[in-house]
Amino acid sequence: MVLADGNTTVEVNGIALDLSVRGRGKPLLFLHPEIGFDRAGPALDLLAKGAQIIAPTHPAYGAAKAPDTFNTIDDIAYLYLDLVEKLGLSNVALVGAGIGGWIAAEMAIKDRAPFSHLVLADAFGIKNGGREDRDIFDMWFVTDADLAKVQYFDQKLLERDISKLSDDELYAMARAREATSRYGWKPYMHHPKLKGRLHRIKTPTLVLWGAEDRIVPPEYGRAYAAALPNATFETIDRAGHFPHVERADEFARATLNFIKG
Amino acid sequence: MRVFHFTEQPYSPAWVDHGGALRITIPNKRMDPIQAGDLLHRYYDEWQLADELGFDIMVNEHHSTATCMASTVVVTLSILARITKKARLLVLGYPLAHRPDPNRIVEELSTIDVISRGRLNMGFVKGVPSEFAPSNANPVGTEERFWEALDFIVKAMTTHDGPFNWESENFHFRQVNIWPRPVQTPHPPIWSTTGSKHNAQRLGERGYTMATLGTGYGTRPLYEAYREAYRNKFKSEAPAERFGYLGLMAVGRTEAEARRRGELVADYLRTLPFTPAPFRNPPGYISIDDNVRLMKAAGRPPNRSITKDGRAINMMTGSVQDLIDAAMLFCGTPDQVYDQITDFCESCGGMGNLLSMSHAGFMSHEDVVENLTLFSQEVLPRLKEYRQPDARAAAE
Repeated sequence: MVLADGNTTVEVNGIALDLSVRGRGKPLLFLHPEIGFDRAGPALDLLAKGAQIIAPTHPAYGAAKAPDTFNTIDDIAYLYLDLVEKLGLSNVALVGAGIGGWIAAEMAIKDRAPFSHLVLADAFGIKNGGREDRDIFDMWFVTDADLAKVQYFDQKLLERDISKLSDDELYAMARAREATSRYGWKPYMHHPKLKGRLHRIKTPTLVLWGAEDRIVPPEYGRAYAAALPNATFETIDRAGHFPHVERADEFARATLNFIKG
Repeated sequence: MRVFHFTEQPYSPAWVDHGGALRITIPNKRMDPIQAGDLLHRYYDEWQLADELGFDIMVNEHHSTATCMASTVVVTLSILARITKKARLLVLGYPLAHRPDPNRIVEELSTIDVISRGRLNMGFVKGVPSEFAPSNANPVGTEERFWEALDFIVKAMTTHDGPFNWESENFHFRQVNIWPRPVQTPHPPIWSTTGSKHNAQRLGERGYTMATLGTGYGTRPLYEAYREAYRNKFKSEAPAERFGYLGLMAVGRTEAEARRRGELVADYLRTLPFTPAPFRNPPGYISIDDNVRLMKAAGRPPNRSITKDGRAINMMTGSVQDLIDAAMLFCGTPDQVYDQITDFCESCGGMGNLLSMSHAGFMSHEDVVENLTLFSQEVLPRLKEYRQPDARAAAE
């Protein structure tokens, strides 16, 4: 299936998936984080200089109605494996940020064959500490304003006047908040079995982390990398939980360098 | 009309110097368990008195809060089932969406129905938003889990021929077989609450009793939505007994005495803001549309308590007079209170169950006894005789 640049809808298993496609070359499946597509723009354009970016909107994050039965990350992981098959993709660079990184890891433990490289940026999905350790910042029990302060290193990015946002932007925010809870409320933003299955991912993996991430701090990323058999860990300075937003240039450079190798 | 005595069983000693948080995050070192026991014994004494005076009884539960010590309403119901004699025992509500195990709920409530000799009214609610923190149930899917749990409860209470199977996305039980089964047939009456017409319709279609809180003179449209759905389904008019309304109650021998009690009981509403902001709107509890509306309103939900002359008041900050005007509070001498209640009832087109919060906050035992006793002597007999308006005639 040939994909043209731009936004398109592909039906997989009867589910309509919105894809954003841009660039030429090696296919790079980009899985957006829990804030949705909202601020992924600059990073994708930079990545598109070295790869063909295919970026789906996760079910329940977009305007399309998600199947009622979709409530685990596994549901999305299997759907995207079917998407890769339907598009006839191979030698794919699989890149996921935040909850997208969790989806990517769940895909790769199931079937790593289509993927040449894996990039996990500030990914959720595993539990490292003991039962009384809060590994992952509790995102829903702070106000939106306080959450943003924890998400971003550059506090200028917080200066967003809600009253100036369009309805589309407000709906995207509201959907993203609900969708993330749908998939990640309990167990909180992780799958208790995932860490024990990561050994299956022999794919070369870059675990890329915002040095100032306070949602899932860098030590969480180091533990992720340690549980993967073929992973390297890198941080990006002056970036919080969304390095692809705060340091799009660095994020794209590190990712493209890695997938070239 | 039936009148239910209700208190949230507050731990009022912690209502001072709480720094803005009475719920969810308030540390329990702020409670003296001995004093809590004294208060709880007092509340049971007052319910026993209410039973003797001819009231019915309403109870509820909340979690991680100094405003309501009933963290498991099954305990409250169990005690009342044994120590009261005549009163209907209404739980409003049992928070279904916070609970993982409806099978256990059926076992608890059936047992309570048996011990109370068939006096249980089962009011089910989804659960308040902030309490998804203590329950850790996913606020997404609340609506579906609520209705499915209700279906399960009805099925379990009405199946008498041995085990049945129930396997769904939400619940997995393969050998459901309830012992003991409830006394009331086919099952104890089901109640719920609502603030939306959509939900009112769903309740009307099922013929469950519907109660509202804080809707004041804006109640009628919700009742009408129920009545229409009920009429379509059952081909008859919904009786007044299908409607309930929660009002605060302060009666006194003089107006001044009643107003003093009104101030005390209104403290219940005034604690509503003391839920820390991060816990008020968990993701998925309200719809995406409502969330967008809330963002546009900068997080402030609209006032929905309506006075008789159409004024929207904030029930958390309104004066006693505002609350009286909005039928949030019935307050005055017995004659005044009777007139306020029946006037409100006419405006609803009939309402058969007054859920009367006759105690809140710092109100003393003596005040509660007097509030209940005076009401039972001077108002309750007249309300029992009160002839409900004809809903269809009143609508025209």
